[in-house]
Amino acid sequence: MTENKNGMTRRTFVKGALAAGVTAAVPAPGLLKSVFASGPSKGGALKLGLAGGSTTDSLDPSNFSGVFDQMTTMGLYRNPLLELDKNGELQPELVKEWHAEPGAKVWHFKLRNDVEFHNGKTMDAEDAIFSINHHRGEGNKSQIAAVVKPVKEILKTGKFEFKVILEDPNADFPYILSSTRMPCVPAGTTDFEDGMGTGGYILKEWEPGVRAFGERNPNYFKADRAWFDSIEIITMADDTARTTALKTGQVDIINRPDRKTARLLGRMKGIQVINTPGGLTYTFPMRKDVKPYDNPDFRKAVKYSVDREALVKTILQGYGVPGNDYPVPAYVKYAATSIPQRQYDPDKVKFHLKKSGLQDEVVRLHVADMVYNGCVDTAQLWKEHATKAGMKMEVVKEANDGYWAKVWRVKPFCASFWYARPTVDWILSMTYVSDASANESVWKVPAFDKLVKEARAELNTDKRRQMYYELQKTLHDDGSVVIPMIANIVDAASDKIGYNPVAGNVELDGLRACERWWFKA
Amino acid sequence: MNFLFPVIVKRTGFALLTLFAISILIFAGLEALPGDTAQAILGQGATQENLEALRKELKLDLPLHTRYATWLGDLARGELGNSLSNGRPVTGMIGWRFENTLVLAFSAAVVSIPLAIVLGLICALYQNSWLDKLLSTSTLSAISLPEFFVAYLLIVVFVVQFELFPSVAILRPDMALSERINVLVLPCLTLTLVVLAHMMRMTRAAIIGVLSSPYIEMARLKGVKRAKIIFYHALPNALAPIINVVVMDLAWLVVGVVVVEVVFVYPGLGQLLVDSVSKRDIPVVQASGLIFACTYIFLNLTADVLSILSNPKLRHPK
Repeated sequence: MTENKNGMTRRTFVKGALAAGVTAAVPAPGLLKSVFASGPSKGGALKLGLAGGSTTDSLDPSNFSGVFDQMTTMGLYRNPLLELDKNGELQPELVKEWHAEPGAKVWHFKLRNDVEFHNGKTMDAEDAIFSINHHRGEGNKSQIAAVVKPVKEILKTGKFEFKVILEDPNADFPYILSSTRMPCVPAGTTDFEDGMGTGGYILKEWEPGVRAFGERNPNYFKADRAWFDSIEIITMADDTARTTALKTGQVDIINRPDRKTARLLGRMKGIQVINTPGGLTYTFPMRKDVKPYDNPDFRKAVKYSVDREALVKTILQGYGVPGNDYPVPAYVKYAATSIPQRQYDPDKVKFHLKKSGLQDEVVRLHVADMVYNGCVDTAQLWKEHATKAGMKMEVVKEANDGYWAKVWRVKPFCASFWYARPTVDWILSMTYVSDASANESVWKVPAFDKLVKEARAELNTDKRRQMYYELQKTLHDDGSVVIPMIANIVDAASDKIGYNPVAGNVELDGLRACERWWFKA
Repeated sequence: MNFLFPVIVKRTGFALLTLFAISILIFAGLEALPGDTAQAILGQGATQENLEALRKELKLDLPLHTRYATWLGDLARGELGNSLSNGRPVTGMIGWRFENTLVLAFSAAVVSIPLAIVLGLICALYQNSWLDKLLSTSTLSAISLPEFFVAYLLIVVFVVQFELFPSVAILRPDMALSERINVLVLPCLTLTLVVLAHMMRMTRAAIIGVLSSPYIEMARLKGVKRAKIIFYHALPNALAPIINVVVMDLAWLVVGVVVVEVVFVYPGLGQLLVDSVSKRDIPVVQASGLIFACTYIFLNLTADVLSILSNPKLRHPK
């Protein structure tokens, strides 16, 4: 049913072969079909059926709460200032050049001068500064207010240039400008709901949580992106509804197919399951300030008490890798992948329990289904593993309502998850330094904080790598968060859809499927 | 008809009281749930600072009774306010969705009510025949299955096997009437199957009850034809209970279709209510809650009035 009316049939073989060569290495059913895929071609009306939209969605960047909101930033209706590529590296987007003054405290940014908003206004430094400032200031309600808090001042240095002065040095500052929550909007915007931006598509019709329709921006500043004629996004909360809609050709792309049936889906004719090693990190924080989790040996015993391979196999249905108790997925720069993988080890559980002297302590794991699909099952399996290893464990099933307010960061041991942020510094600053707002395990270690700060200021790559290794090793050995698994990102699409190697940081190619993917000619 | 007037006035008065009580219940209920709108919007990424900022902006820092009084005052002026989570006017969010819900409920009613009554009559007419048993068994099976399962079964048959209808009911502004009807078929069919048995069984039981009365026997002895007995003598006297169950099912069709809306991705009021409750969006929940309550109350009143009208004893009180 997909309308793929386009005249361009010329195949760009080099790109196609490249794409095929790389994607074939990813073990996903259906991907082999793309070996003879053609390069990008223009045209077609793309329809997506997505989970994660809500009737309460808003296009005010300080108010984003769901998948759709954040997707609009990534080249759909708007653009962030910088692009994060699939390797976790920054690429030019609206900003074309950037550099730090020595010391990494002052950053200079130079914008493209040929970008227009959908209303015809040329995008300049005023707009970029406004868009950052939208998240700053006392009492700001934005989710990333804490992230931009270290910004001391932003100064316009030319029509298309500005500089950012930070309170403290930060070698990773530009990454913040690639955030899904920081699209560039016209300066002075007060009503954000029209989706005004510089993106590849112009928002025509939108009803929050129901449907959004946009047409290609003929004036888009990227020649090699935004291939579709139009994009229709339909919110589908029900797994079965999404899958059936894809099977019957009512939509071309869906996110979050049920992992339990994804393999069967991938075997169906005309459908590909896109499986990308990703950054969806399932964490189980133990509050370090509460007995018995203040005891390092007890924490170690808990870490050895779970069979990670078994969880990956049953809960993730193989779509993931075991976690190693440091929160950095392998694709992120400076990930400490050389630390040996922690295994399920009943002997070590007994050893560390004995050493801690807390053998009779009962581990109560608080979980709820809303954290992620299969969360309660994870806890049940874990309980079996732990019991076999001689550890007393109880699963406490909590209500879905208000989980983040009443259970997370409140109960001593619970379940949580994170889409990994783009840099080690961002991940650690958000969840592991003493004053971090989301320090879910109450990990307050002054020496750790100091090293995070030093690493942030370090511009020498080798020294930084060493520092980040140490930090991750500390969390692996001594940290108060168990990370038993890191899930792949799984999407599904009609096999008419073409794409280059896919980013795994968040779903749908880093939420850029609408901008990066195409209908095969 | 003058005797009806006081009944209606009295019932409307009670209805207003009920609505007032319901609005307090909804308000208190949402307040009792853990977390608030600010927490629900900011979710896991909330910091103490931006939680407070958002609470202040949404006026959630004011005490409960103050907020309720403000809301009630606005309502008295005919304003439903704005959604807390995205600032849109509640009327704009609810209007077209309620229309969609009504369209779906109405089309299901148009199909199911005549069908149920006719089938009920047939069952009564051919009581204990194989046809009666077949109809009863099949409709009772349909009602015994949860509605989402009925929906999935219909999808398997009509979408996956025969590719007759779309599995999701996406409504686009530029759709022709025929396309809209095509999209509505499966949700409508699901609802029909779910309510059919209830109305059909009631019709059958009511008619059979009347059929055992002496005047029916008299009619039969006179040699009146069976069909005529049913339509002229039995049906009018069995109307009251049938009307009651039909109207109750109508109310269910309006307020009880959340699951069907989710399965078919049909943009009605149900999905909005679910989303708004999860975000603790009080103005939206209040408005949709009150609409549902009004529907129930109005249909109840309609049922009573119709029962009175269909009963000569009540129509001509001494």
